[in-house]
Formats: sequence, C-alpha cells, structure tokens
Amino acid sequence: MLEIRNLHARIVDDGTEIIRGLNLTVKAGEVAAIMGPNGSGKSTLSYILAGREDYEVTEGDILYNGQSILEMDPAERATSGIFLAFQYPMEIPGVATMEFLKVAMNEQRKARGEEPLKIPEFLKRVKEAAASLSMEMAMLKRPLNVGFSGGEKKRAEILQMKLLEPKLCVLDETDSGLDIDALKIVSDGVNALRAPDRAFLVITHYQRLLEHIVPDTVHVLYKGQVIKSGDKSLALDLEANGYAGVIGEAA
Amino acid sequence: MPAVQDTIDRVRKIDVDQYKYGFQTEIAMDKAPKGLSEDIIRFISAKKDEPSWMLEWRLEAYRRWLTLDEPTWARVHYPKIDFQDIYFYAAPKSTPGPTSLSDVDPELLKVYEKLGIPLREQEILAGVQKTDASELEEVSDNVYKSGRVAVDAVFDSVSVVTTFKKELAQAGVIFCSISEAIREHPELVKKYLGSVVPTSDNYYATLNSAVFTDGSFVFVPKGVRCPMELSTYFRMNEKNTGQFERTLIIAEEGAYVSYLEGCTAPQRDENQLHAAVVELVALDDAEIKYSTVQNWYPGDAEGKGGIYNFVTKRGDCRGDRSKISWTQVETGSAITWKYPSCILRGDDSSGEFYSIAVSNGYQQVDSGTKMIHLGKNTSSRIISKGIAAGFSQNTYRGQVSAHRKATNARNFTNCDSLLIGDQCGAHTVPYMEAKNSTAQFEHEATTSKISEDQKFYVMQRGIPEEEAIALIVNGFVKDVIQQLPMEFAVEAQKLIGISLEGSVG
Repeated sequence: MLEIRNLHARIVDDGTEIIRGLNLTVKAGEVAAIMGPNGSGKSTLSYILAGREDYEVTEGDILYNGQSILEMDPAERATSGIFLAFQYPMEIPGVATMEFLKVAMNEQRKARGEEPLKIPEFLKRVKEAAASLSMEMAMLKRPLNVGFSGGEKKRAEILQMKLLEPKLCVLDETDSGLDIDALKIVSDGVNALRAPDRAFLVITHYQRLLEHIVPDTVHVLYKGQVIKSGDKSLALDLEANGYAGVIGEAA
Repeated sequence: MPAVQDTIDRVRKIDVDQYKYGFQTEIAMDKAPKGLSEDIIRFISAKKDEPSWMLEWRLEAYRRWLTLDEPTWARVHYPKIDFQDIYFYAAPKSTPGPTSLSDVDPELLKVYEKLGIPLREQEILAGVQKTDASELEEVSDNVYKSGRVAVDAVFDSVSVVTTFKKELAQAGVIFCSISEAIREHPELVKKYLGSVVPTSDNYYATLNSAVFTDGSFVFVPKGVRCPMELSTYFRMNEKNTGQFERTLIIAEEGAYVSYLEGCTAPQRDENQLHAAVVELVALDDAEIKYSTVQNWYPGDAEGKGGIYNFVTKRGDCRGDRSKISWTQVETGSAITWKYPSCILRGDDSSGEFYSIAVSNGYQQVDSGTKMIHLGKNTSSRIISKGIAAGFSQNTYRGQVSAHRKATNARNFTNCDSLLIGDQCGAHTVPYMEAKNSTAQFEHEATTSKISEDQKFYVMQRGIPEEEAIALIVNGFVKDVIQQLPMEFAVEAQKLIGISLEGSVG
C-alpha cells in the first residue's frame, strides 16, 4: 500500500536535510510502528507523507497504491485516503467540531463524486463514533480543539479518523500527553479500525502505546533512515536496552 | 500543473473582476447636467417636487459645503475628486417616482432579479428557503419566524418600488422612499431630518444634505413591533453618477424595527462616489437593529475603478432604555470611510457595533464606530473583525467617550484582525476618553495571520485550500455573523468566501 523509496527531504527554509535515504514498505492490513530517539525524523516523515509544504523532497519517491503522491497537495492526499492524526492538533476558533466534521466528510465525498450526506445520516454516524470514544455530543458543539484538554484533542483526532474512513492512517505520537484511561480509549478506537484493506503507521517514542496497539512490524528510525526492522519483539528489546544498542549496530 | 497554466489560473482568480454584480443595464435615464451648483440643487428639488423648506435646507447645506475642506485624517489615499465631473441626479426615465410593482419597468425588475433580490411579493410570501444546514440542531430554534422581508429598491437616484406597503401601513408602520416622505409626511421629516447628523456635521454629510436624491424612510409608532424585516437595496448603475442616499429611521416609544441594506454596482474603470447619510432615532424603550451588507464594486486587480464609499451613519438613543445596534459586513468599495456611531443620550441606553470588514486587491478600508456616552448607566459593545488580503489596507478606527455626567458608563471593545498573505496591512486606532471616574472601558485587540499550521491541518482533512481559508475566516467572524438576520447570515458567509477567492498564494 505504501512504498517509500530512498527518500531524501529537507526543510525548505534553511535547507537542513532531515530524511536521508529512507526506505519503508507497509502492506494493506499491516500495523507498522515507527520508533526512534528524538530528532530522528519521525514527525517529519508524517508531515511529508501528508504533504506539508515546509519540506521539500529532493530525491526518491513515495508510492501510495503504486502511484507517486509527491505532486499532490495535502487535500488531494487526504481525499485519496491518507489521514494524519496530529501530535499537536490545531485549534480552529469559531468552527464547531460538528460543522468541521460535516465539511470534511462532504468535501471528501465530493472528491469521490458522491452526494453530500443527508443530515440525519451524518448525525447518526457522528453519534455512533462519538459514543464509541466516550465523547459527549455537547463537546462537538464547541469550536474544534479550542480549550480541549490534551486527551480530548487526541480523541477528536481519532473521531475524525473514524468518520473519514481513511486507508492509510498515520498516527504521530498519539500517546503523548495521554493518561492511562485516555490511552486505552484511543487505542481501542484505533484497534476497532484495523481492517484487511487499511494500513497504520504508528509513530511513537515509547513501547507503552504498542502494548495497546500491537504492531505487525517495528522500524527504528535514526538520522532520517530506517536502520533496523523487525517484529513486535524489537519494540520490547528497545524498551529493555534503549536505542544505543541498535544505533551502535547500524553504525 | 505546469507553471504557466498555474500562473494564468492564479491571476484569473486574484482578479477582482470576477465581481458577480458587475453588469450594467441599458435603461433610458433622465439626468441632470454634470457638476454641482445651486441650479443643480434646484433641479433635483424640482424633480422631486419638494416643498420650498426642503430646497432651502439643501441650499443652506450647499453654501456651507463650499466653505469646507475634504478630511484627510483617514488612512486612505485617492486622487482628488472632481465634483464638477459627476452627475448628481440620474433616474430611470420610465419611473419618475415610486410606483406600485405593476408599474415598474420590466427591465428594472430584471436587474433586481439578476441581483437575486426578491421584489415580487408573491415570491417573498413563499418564504426564504434555507440553503445551508451547517448549524444543525441550532438552526431550528433560530429560523426567522415570518420569512418575509419588505424591500425598498433604489436605482441610482430614485426609489423604484417599495413592497408590502399596505400590510405595513395596517401595523401603523411607514416605510417609503425619503422623497415620498418629504411630500406625504413633512411634519415627521421636518422634526427628525438632520437631528442626528446635522447639515454641518462633516464634509460628506454636508454634501449629502445638499444633493441627496433618495433613500428610505421608516417610522414605527409607539408600542409597535414592526411585523417584518425592512430592507433597502441600493444599485448604482449609471456611469459617472454619484449616489447620495439619505435614510431616516424613527422608532417611537417601545417600538422595534430591524432594517437591512444591501449595495451593489456595475464594474467600471472610473471611480464612482457614494456619500450616504443614515440617521436613526430611538425614543424611550425603543430598539433599532440596522444591518448592512455592502458589496459595492471594489475595483479590479490593479486597483483601477471601484466605489469611493464615504458614509455617515449615526444613531441617537434619545430615550431612556433605548437600544441601537449596527451590524455591518463590508466587502466591496475601493475606499471605505465609514463609522456607524451611537449617541447614548437616554439613561440606561445601549449601543452595539458588530463589524466584519474584508479587504482584498488594492481596497482601502478605514472603518469603525463612535460610542458617545452621555446618559447614566449607558453601555456599549464593539466587536470588530478586520480581514485583510492581497495588497489591501484595513484600519479599525473607533472612539469611546464618556461625558462628565455619564455615571457608570460601560464599554467593551474587541478588535481582531486577520491577515492573509504578507502584502496587506491591518491597523487599529482606538480613541478613548472618560470624563467621569465611574466609567469602565475595556479594550482588547489582536492581530493574527492564518497560520500555515492551521491551513495544513484543515487541508489534511480533505478540504481544498480555498475552502480551508474560507472555513477559518468564517470561524473568525462567527461572533458577528450571528448578529445578522438569519437569511442574510448565510449570504454574508458566502460573500466573504467570494471576496477572499484568490487571496491565497
């Protein structure tokens, strides 16, 4: 589903190269964990996948279902099925969460040539999804992410993911700032979405999240490259011995 | 997309020439000779069949105007206006004065139809269809009860038609053109005209007093709640004309009225002058809500053409516990110079000003309000949202003052500016003056840019760039949009979206 080939990318403003020859393949139905120390390029990778303009790809390619996505803008990538759950979701003052959901869902439908959702159907879907994440409907009348706690923001991200039904879900440090109860709710939400035609890229610093979202593969990112890949035992190994050993091996 | 095609598309989008109302209508016009003189004023007054006191009033204003200089304190720049190169009177030939709907030139009706303004009463009776359900459940509690709007349509210098007159008359409400009011209700006009904005008030108001051609007149008698929204649509069609409308609204004791004005004009290379005066009078316990959706032609992408909009709007809360509320959505005009104000004369009276001013291209906006606290326990509230894009300059200029005797005067001001791109400017110029130690004034101001982070976040959900900007902007102006009558809130939101098209880059 996702194939990243020898990707090199730098920050447009100052030319700093962050991704330096990254290779990664994720199959449909797979949950791939990306781990790595701070500054290894994990979040940058998620932004580049989603099409942020602050980064420039200088070499290599990103294939999604066999097609390069480098020329697509963020909205086009989103409507093609790529979703990014942000580490720090943005506040959108004055735009009720409900209204935002409706616009996003209908824009995606429009891009696929489908009719906009009828209001009762829309409400039904939102109510079901919110209930499964233990979110109050009253919260959805508030402007998106404005005054939300850290846990509420992360839940709102998963709610959007659920409703938009993407094919490639990128979760950027979704566990950061979550207490154990919230972590459980968010993980359950993600697990419920696991499907044979959907892939996940779970970016995290700690093994903790992977106890709840059990990955099929684990990849260690360091200095903009995948330096080691393995199964879920690799995450346990990292937890026990730290990154130093893996980094030493690669060097 | 290849670079060349991209550039072409972008330029086309930026072009404000996409102005939807930019058509001109070929209608035989009856015009006064170009220029301004006492003879022209006599001509206008005679055309309107006015009593001699009105002519005297005009001439006095004209003589005073000759002694005045154009104000230069606003943050707007434009070449000197040649007042001898303007037609001060232009009227469609077939319509010498207000008539019933069936007498109106079908060509004129077509114009209003093209503008999407429902003049035909039967259409309005069918109710206004809601087109957007984005507010979901909230909508149902909020829908405007009767769904009917009475319309006064002003074409260049004359009012062509006023709808629902009979029904309004049954409620005791007078809604007609100011020309008709001068003839039919001289006692009311004499009593109130110029009592809020005196002929000597300022350069443009004085000019307006001399040459005003038409506008609306509303009188709501004691204890009456006006049964429907009242609305005036101003259309400037004829080349080289100025439009000088005069509107006077009086709400007697305990009366209530909600009034909306909309404005459009054809696109032209030359600048056109619009200098209106609006006076509102609220007696004890009366309330007037005045909303404007101003969409005059803003000029093209190079800043050529467009309307010069120099307007004096003022409300007088003359009675105790009276209330005047201004809501404006300003998207058009090359230059806007406009400060709808409230004189809080009655004890416990209150004034409100809610404003959205959008500027794009080379538009210049200098707008704001004045809240003058004279009575005891008076309160005022100012919410201003300025949005600047392109090469535009957007200034909020506001004055809040408390008189020596205005004990417990309270004001809350919030001015937010949003910048789109880095070639535009937003400025906030507040003046505050309290001569009474019990006054409490609060002022908040922010300036922000639509951040790349916000835009990226919204787009990542599948919302294309222009829609993403519109969504963020509409969130930004929400507080003000909510003040508009329901039907116009949707229209205003769309208008803001259209005005900002192509501002991304």
